[in-house]
Amino acid sequence: MESARHLFDGDETVRRIARLARLELDDATLELLRRQLGDILGYVEQLDAVDTTGVEPLAAAGEQTRLREDGLRIALDPGAHVRNAPDHSTGAFRVPKVL
Amino acid sequence: MDVTTLTLIELRDALRAGTVTAVEATRAYLNRITAHDDAIGAYLTVDAEGALAQAAAIDAARAAGQPVGALAGVPMGLKDIFLTKGLRTTCASKVLEDFVPIYDATVVERLRAAGVVVIGKLNMDEFAMGSSTENSAFKKTHNPWDIERTPGGSSGGSSAAVAARLTPGTLGTDTGGSIRQPAALCGIVGLKPTWGRVSRFGVIAFASSLDQVGPMGRTVRDVALLEEVIAGYDPRDSTSSQREVPTGLADLPRGADLRGLRVGLPREYFPESGLDPQVSSAVYAAVEQLKALGAEVKPVSLPHSPLGVAAYYLVATAEASSNLARYDGVRYGHRAKADDLYGLYARSRGEGFGLEVKRRIMLGTFALSAGYYDAYYRKAGQVRTLILRDFEAAFSEVDVIATPTSPTTAFKLGERMDDPLQMYLADIFTISCNLAGLPGLSLPCGFDDRGLPIGLQLLGRAFDEPTLLRVGAAYEDATTWHTRAPAEPFVARAGGAA
Amino acid sequence: MSIDWEVVIGLEVHCQLLTREKLFCSCPTDFGAPINSNTCPICLGHPGVLPVLNAEAVEFAIRAGLALECEVRARSVFSRKHYFYPDLPKGYQITQYELPILEHGKLFIEPESGAARTIGITRIHMEEDAGKSIHMDTGATLVDLNRAGVPLIEIVSEPEMRSADDAVAYLKALHEVVRYLGVCDGNMEEGSFRCDANVSIRPRGQAKFGTRTEIKNMNTFRGVQRAIEYEISRHIEVIEGGGAIIQETRLWDEGAGRTRSMRGKEDAHDYRYFPEPDLPVLVLDPAQVERLRGTQPELPAAMRKRLVSDYGLSPYDAGVLTAEPVLARYFEAAVAAHRNPKAICNWVTSELLGRVSATAVGECSVTPHGLARLVALIDDATISGKIAKTVFERMMETGRAPDEIVEAEGLRQVTDTSAIEAIVRGVIEANPVQVSGYRSGKVGLKGFLVGQVMKQSGGKANPGLVNELLDRLLAEG
Repeated sequence: MESARHLFDGDETVRRIARLARLELDDATLELLRRQLGDILGYVEQLDAVDTTGVEPLAAAGEQTRLREDGLRIALDPGAHVRNAPDHSTGAFRVPKVL
Repeated sequence: MDVTTLTLIELRDALRAGTVTAVEATRAYLNRITAHDDAIGAYLTVDAEGALAQAAAIDAARAAGQPVGALAGVPMGLKDIFLTKGLRTTCASKVLEDFVPIYDATVVERLRAAGVVVIGKLNMDEFAMGSSTENSAFKKTHNPWDIERTPGGSSGGSSAAVAARLTPGTLGTDTGGSIRQPAALCGIVGLKPTWGRVSRFGVIAFASSLDQVGPMGRTVRDVALLEEVIAGYDPRDSTSSQREVPTGLADLPRGADLRGLRVGLPREYFPESGLDPQVSSAVYAAVEQLKALGAEVKPVSLPHSPLGVAAYYLVATAEASSNLARYDGVRYGHRAKADDLYGLYARSRGEGFGLEVKRRIMLGTFALSAGYYDAYYRKAGQVRTLILRDFEAAFSEVDVIATPTSPTTAFKLGERMDDPLQMYLADIFTISCNLAGLPGLSLPCGFDDRGLPIGLQLLGRAFDEPTLLRVGAAYEDATTWHTRAPAEPFVARAGGAA
Repeated sequence: MSIDWEVVIGLEVHCQLLTREKLFCSCPTDFGAPINSNTCPICLGHPGVLPVLNAEAVEFAIRAGLALECEVRARSVFSRKHYFYPDLPKGYQITQYELPILEHGKLFIEPESGAARTIGITRIHMEEDAGKSIHMDTGATLVDLNRAGVPLIEIVSEPEMRSADDAVAYLKALHEVVRYLGVCDGNMEEGSFRCDANVSIRPRGQAKFGTRTEIKNMNTFRGVQRAIEYEISRHIEVIEGGGAIIQETRLWDEGAGRTRSMRGKEDAHDYRYFPEPDLPVLVLDPAQVERLRGTQPELPAAMRKRLVSDYGLSPYDAGVLTAEPVLARYFEAAVAAHRNPKAICNWVTSELLGRVSATAVGECSVTPHGLARLVALIDDATISGKIAKTVFERMMETGRAPDEIVEAEGLRQVTDTSAIEAIVRGVIEANPVQVSGYRSGKVGLKGFLVGQVMKQSGGKANPGLVNELLDRLLAEG
């Protein structure tokens, strides 16, 4: 796999990722992260040297999933679902117009 | 009697014996927080009123002869990553600055059921991302051994609070070393259990496949006692194990030897460079002590462990980028003013998250993005498998593996903030254990010439916490490191440059 | 020269499962609850929550898969699919991506035009539904998360349909299957059965697929038909006009009768799938799958065959009776109570469905048992077919049992020969013109005389006896 750190040579990738992650960043932060992400990806490149052919990834060191029968409801106090909501109306969460 | 000098077990016994009441114990800790937490900065929230009410209720129940839990009346501060119903929980982030949980984490439920009195919430790195607690959005926490230094992280508020006797014991979370490294840097004991041993329900997620809750305390037996209270299957956590929880580890016989125990020393954890010689000599001395107790020591190899940091920073950031997607200012949390939906998301998150969190979200988002998943997340997952295989091979020859917990003792606040990679390397010895899902214990094994604590790390087989605790207790019984406490008032130590 | 275009259609159908609880939490799934009342920290996406998989949802998915002849994966995996939207609380949807629970199925279709055949099903996977955004006139959007976390299965077909008729036939067949299984209520308007269509065209004989567009927002079978037909003509028009089709998602606008591009609404999707670390692999025990296979309800196609072969019904009637699972169950229950399937079929299709809709027969005051009893009363000559209609009316009005109505209203058929003979003699006397007409060869007049007798008996005279007596007495002359 070709090194991806060069994707961070210019600011196009860092801007695209910030948009994808929904993070509004000022120019100074964007520049700092561009540089640091490039460095970190450079460090991470050491993994490329490891032969992992045929190795199954370890996603989580878990056993098999256990299925739920009914009745694990978490009872909430009345109105609890909107108690922390920055903006709500008639029990619904309110957000600006969806274009 | 100053109840805050008691270990957790001693305090429990005093409460049971009635020589101290829950209200007295709670008041003693609240007073100590008032007196000393300005210097330490361990607490983000103190709930004196709520705590005293809980304590009074426990005293009343006990007086009425009603059954009370195993830790009835023990006051405790908790890392601000555990959801506490009705008590603000911030995860040290501006995003959750005013967040009041509507349910209790399972571990909090279990502590409450055992009679623990929650006195407040402890500082941490924002979303547990960091190794110095400097990434908290709200305050710095200072190491009680030298307040110019970090208590470690991310459970730095927890380690500092235990070391400064602002809580008799507590829980932390450990994703890449966040229990063990701060335990080492503050001279206390910390256990990171096997992944799946303790429920994660109600624990704010950083990296789900690595996060694990564990106890922190002044002694190995204190930690064993807390572990017994919190461990075990939780039907609300699909990844929690149904294996039975061993009991009685807090009552391990004193002065046991370690005959028949095989201890592995992995050469990769004692590198030529990057490891403070004072740390390595203290760890070697500790290993000699284990030998003196009858253990057999042999070299082992964990060849893929040096890749741990690289694999970790892909797995942990990828999962974090996903786990933190829910902080959008819609249902709860910080919300910026915006006219459109994109602006609402990007600005709320841009304003709410600190720099380290943004850095990790960015890296993780990139690692999962189209075209890079195989090269990054999947590759890192494969390296995890190789790391686990290394451990399995080593554990076919030895029962525990001994290493340094941290390559250095506590570093100065501010020292590594501009160099994230350098900060990440603080976890170099703790990370592989998380990647493999195995248990790890850190306990005090000495001090450097500045008087800063050094931690010994013991790693074990999956679900073999009992062996780690047994070895730790035997070591502790033979040494006095854990009995030392930082001098008061807590101040900066004169001493060489960082 | 015009090109012979071949149409290629694949469908993705989302079915909401009729489980009692949501997929990953124990909130109820009932429709129409007050805003956000069916929520808990888990489906609200609060910090610290974890998913736990609903056993019933897994069972329903497997039932659907077995009915569609899928292979059940022994190990399947859940993944996270990321995008930001206010009705998606966690910022990701838990779904199955690389290793779905069911694969390689098929469904038999009989389209209005074209050949009856089997359409391949690529996969069926489980996932959670999103909530609902309510767009207000004020410009704000309100978010209701009652639906967030309701279990869905997504059924993905092979691109093997070649016309809008094919697509509708597939959709109807699928609709019927999931409703028969009782795993989905199939309500397209409320969105519990949703269809997206992938449409492309290519010159007949070409192996390579043309560029496809995905159509969303079709809420009726008719809408699906029209949307696909519209999209096919659009593709042909664009390509024959020298243009190119852009791969995109288009919304069907029912009112305007056209599809609209969603382009520019969102930047290119990058869903960043990865395996859900909070849910270990789903391992299915083959014995459990076999147990489900052994207890699968009968599917409509098999039932239609059985109604024709075992009960001797016409294929048309079998189709009517199986159009609605509740109607089919009604019919079966009635036949179980009185084994005269043909007569019961007639009563159901003509009388019952003349008064209530097929979906409502379950709530009808005439129960399957009541209808069976009514037919039994005809069959044992207690009442005539004509009187039976009156009794049926009463049953509809009052909900009472037919025997009760017959007794209370004295509707029992008169089979007493002397009583009927008296009426017949009276009618012959009273209608000399018709009688002599009949005797002189106008045999059609007999019907008139029978009618008179029935009228005077209040409809209760046994028609067979009336005929017999009339024949005898008229012959006596």
